[in-house]
Amino acid sequence: MDLTQGGSRRSDENAHPEVQPAAADQGDAVPTDTEAIDAKVVDDQPAQGTDAEGQAVAAQPAAAQPGDEPPADAPVADAETPEPAPAPAVAQPRIERKYPVDPDAPPAVSVQDLSITYRTTFEKIPTIKSAIVRLGRGERAVREVHALQNLSFDVMEGTALGIIGANGAGKSTLMRALAGVLPPTSGRIEVRGEISSLLSLGVGFNGALSGRENVMLGGLAQGLTRAQVAERAEEIAEFAELGDFMDLPLRTYSAGMAQRLAFAVSVHMEPDILLIDEALSAGDARFKNKAAAKMDELMSSARAMFLVSHSLASIRELCNEAIWIHEGRLMMRGTPQACGDAYTRFLEVGENAFTLEDL
Amino acid sequence: MPTQEAVRPRRGELRVYEPHRAGLPKFGPYFSDLRHRLPFAAEFSRSGIRAAHTQTVFGQLWLVLNPLLMALVYYLLVAILSSNGGGVDRLAHIVCGLFVFQLVAGGLQQGATSVTGGGRLIMNMAFPRLLMPLAAVRTAFFRFLPTVPVFLVIKAFTDEPWGLQMLLSVVFLLMITVFSFGLAAIMATLQVYFRDTSSFLPFFTRIWLYLSPVLWTIDDLGGHGQRFAHLMLIGNPLFSLIGGWTQLALLNEVPEPKVWLAGAIWAVVAAVAGSLLFMSREREFAVRL
Repeated sequence: MDLTQGGSRRSDENAHPEVQPAAADQGDAVPTDTEAIDAKVVDDQPAQGTDAEGQAVAAQPAAAQPGDEPPADAPVADAETPEPAPAPAVAQPRIERKYPVDPDAPPAVSVQDLSITYRTTFEKIPTIKSAIVRLGRGERAVREVHALQNLSFDVMEGTALGIIGANGAGKSTLMRALAGVLPPTSGRIEVRGEISSLLSLGVGFNGALSGRENVMLGGLAQGLTRAQVAERAEEIAEFAELGDFMDLPLRTYSAGMAQRLAFAVSVHMEPDILLIDEALSAGDARFKNKAAAKMDELMSSARAMFLVSHSLASIRELCNEAIWIHEGRLMMRGTPQACGDAYTRFLEVGENAFTLEDL
Repeated sequence: MPTQEAVRPRRGELRVYEPHRAGLPKFGPYFSDLRHRLPFAAEFSRSGIRAAHTQTVFGQLWLVLNPLLMALVYYLLVAILSSNGGGVDRLAHIVCGLFVFQLVAGGLQQGATSVTGGGRLIMNMAFPRLLMPLAAVRTAFFRFLPTVPVFLVIKAFTDEPWGLQMLLSVVFLLMITVFSFGLAAIMATLQVYFRDTSSFLPFFTRIWLYLSPVLWTIDDLGGHGQRFAHLMLIGNPLFSLIGGWTQLALLNEVPEPKVWLAGAIWAVVAAVAGSLLFMSREREFAVRL
């Protein structure tokens, strides 16, 4: 877990603790003095208040914040006392919106009781007997994998939703369902807006063609017209920063370079709803900064964004809400800080996820 | 509903994803989506052709070399095995039918593996999957085009007449392309459910070649010719399609109306049946890959 990844960004705030008490979901702001600690306590209240999904939130003792950055240990433990503080009614989005969002608008994405089950058949290794009986084939076993079970949530416009969960929890399945690739086994999904997805990098790419030609292919695959891709080709090339490699065949690229190119193509699609599936792992540190800045920019004009990442710091950085999925079920919904904390506590403790509900 | 001033003008309408029921999607949005994405299918197929021979010595020349070598092989076979011998006329006839047969067979073979072979693309992007067999047939068509000058050069060495009727062969070419699209869609669907399909396909194609008037002509059949021809007209779509094409392109004769009719019917039936079958099943593909 890259908990310290955001450390370098936070260092400015550490030095100058001008924490705004009203910044409700800034749970990642590190308190270094009493005033800031009060602000931190205030932060915890709305974190519990906004879990409106009926999931019992794991109790958030104000002291124990295992997800915090290192500087926050000694002063926090001593000085925190739970103080009643008015909870702000609405979590402020950290992204500046370019246009006003209508609060009465229907949700950008509405997932209603979604279940997805994969059916796979596989041949078990044939024993001699079964090989003879079944003419040389093994026994065909059918296995059902319940990737998602009765998931329900609504995502309003202006939300950047982070999705966290262990491997195999169903995050990518959820993304594919939102993109329309996988039909639900039961339940339904409503989506309002054009979806641009960065589900798997390098989709539509052909190794023998040059970077520029692949940009055209990737752009067309994402649904743009030829003219639109041609317009953006320069921007994309600049963003990817590949230099001369743009004209060399894709098979000469390193894995990271190919991912950067794919990412560059995908973020220039002007999406309404952006789905990003663990794509932020691409690139070196400099590119990561650029990528995060670009996604901020996109969020200011997109309806909604869904980000799947194992980096809790990225989720805290870029998202204003988060959900935690475990074994296909929605465990929790809340601020990125709250979800991240519950998730890391679950991983460290290793208990059955459902036991946490009773605390 | 929010007013237009409050939110950015919406580009997409409401999409609802519901459990897959065997049945056709709504044609309106499906075909408009398909039309919108056609440039991608074109680019995909074009880049596939370009990429196919990148590191070879002959490069794109293979598009011509391949059919030529194949024609040579079949010519040797026929010239050696048949009693009335070879000759440039024979070669021209074989070449004429063979190249367009390759259009169908190539479209079939590539179409069959278009869906199962397009794994990542299918799993990660939502688009009308009918684009995949479309791209495969487009590839086969563009591989066919460079062979037309080769055929014309060979025809120049024969005594066959030239004339304006040859241009009518374009109609048959169109029918053949539509027909192979329909078949490619069927094969692609079958391949997802029975992966054996692509293994049977080469043999099926080979037998079909022998049953079509490519290596032989109607006149070769002798006495049984008429009855056989009538059966073939109805039973073997390529009989009318390739037969008509050869008559126009090589012999400069306009075929009888029944050939035109049979060809058109086969093309339309194949395309419609193939598309409907494919579209009714395509939502399952992502789950079965």
